[in-house]
Amino acid sequence: MSGAVQLSVWQVVFSYLFVLLVLAIVRKRGIRREREILLASVRMSIQLVLTGYALTFIFAHPSPWVTLLIIATMEGFAIFTVFRKFKGQLSGRLKKTIAGAMLAGTLSCIFYFLLVVVQIDPWYDPQYFIPIAGMLVGNSMTGISLGVKSLVEGMSLQRHLVEEALNLGATPRLASREIVNSTFDAAIMPTINAMLGMGVISLPGMMTGQILSGTVPTTAVMYQIAIMLGILGSVALTVIVLLHFGYKTFFNHDDQFFPGGCRKYCEK
Amino acid sequence: MIGMDALFYLEGVRYQSILDIPALQINPGITVLLGASGSGKTTLLKLLNKSISPTSGSILYTGSDLKKTPSVSHRRQVLMLSQQAAMFPGTIEDNLAIAFQFQERAAPDAEMMQRMLAQVQLKKELSEPVLNLSGGEKQRLALARVFLLDPAVFLLDEPSSALDDDTADAVIGLVVEQARATGRSIVMVTHSKAVASKFADETILLKDGQVVRRIQNRGQEAGS
Repeated sequence: MSGAVQLSVWQVVFSYLFVLLVLAIVRKRGIRREREILLASVRMSIQLVLTGYALTFIFAHPSPWVTLLIIATMEGFAIFTVFRKFKGQLSGRLKKTIAGAMLAGTLSCIFYFLLVVVQIDPWYDPQYFIPIAGMLVGNSMTGISLGVKSLVEGMSLQRHLVEEALNLGATPRLASREIVNSTFDAAIMPTINAMLGMGVISLPGMMTGQILSGTVPTTAVMYQIAIMLGILGSVALTVIVLLHFGYKTFFNHDDQFFPGGCRKYCEK
Repeated sequence: MIGMDALFYLEGVRYQSILDIPALQINPGITVLLGASGSGKTTLLKLLNKSISPTSGSILYTGSDLKKTPSVSHRRQVLMLSQQAAMFPGTIEDNLAIAFQFQERAAPDAEMMQRMLAQVQLKKELSEPVLNLSGGEKQRLALARVFLLDPAVFLLDEPSSALDDDTADAVIGLVVEQARATGRSIVMVTHSKAVASKFADETILLKDGQVVRRIQNRGQEAGS
């Protein structure tokens, strides 16, 4: 292992030249984004420095409780982000379904991946747990967001087809079958497209990072293959749980349809 | 007991502030619901097939309370044709077949489908995409679809609104005739007094969410 070239503080300071360059360009062209660019650069720097110190500390003092706390925080943020993105469009039942789908889909894949595929020891080893959990949770969050968007829009835009199907004697499951199928498609396609282009159009971030830090490319590739399959599984599982229970939140116990989600007296 | 021989019996039915029906009996046969727009005709139809449930009161279908009947199996027996029935992507045949998929039944053969198209005077090939159909043609296709399903009761919401008078007369005439011949009942919403007087065994007049009159049509036998 050759190890990574250590970047000194001064070397990093040189990279801020990019920011100055961008600032100069936007100022000259009168695009009023100086504030945002500066804020984003400063925030990114501070957040990453703090994360760096936090991770160093956590890696030095591995504890199952800290690992569990971190995964809980990740899940919480991911679920909350989805709620905020669709503010006002989600019924209480759909929110519960989203939370349940995220937890079931990601946690099962995280533990399977770490304990069966990578076989880390101890199970809570933060050096593996945190980055891998982060990747699975992050990708599943993107997947479920696309899924929720497609489901909510499908139910409202195609309400006449769902209503017609019910009129013709369909069960809620049959009446929403097309929407559910296209939702699965919408949620899973970005992951599949990423896999198709991988190694040709893009070198994935995790693999690039490992190579930069001195891992031989073949090892990095093995990790990348495994993590991509893990991501695929996690996204698919999350979306399947969402869809299996999610479409039902648009119907009440009398199989009556609510295009905006059933909000009152809906439990079976 | 009241309501035992009725097709539907409504008791103390209210739906939000749209409908208020203290008591109403709908008998087997051909019933026409007549009234201005906003009088609650469509709401009443939806209540009868359990697309919506009354805010208060109860509805009996052949003596049993709809509250206790599973919605989907009720809708398969008491089929509703909405005023602007939606078409699914694909051909005429797809649109006829999908209804059978929804009811988890085997679709009828092409010959049967064509016969039904002829009955609603729709002269089109089964392979024709529904996108090419006019409003009136779609309405007749929707009518063919529900008649192919052959439920016990048809709830028809303005089934001829997009048809010209002559076609409407002919198509509704055939549909009523077939229902009578096979012992099916129809509850039909319409604006047209002509349709009501021509085909109904009984006409129910609605105004502002209330039943204002029931008219027995003496010219006809009250349904089977």
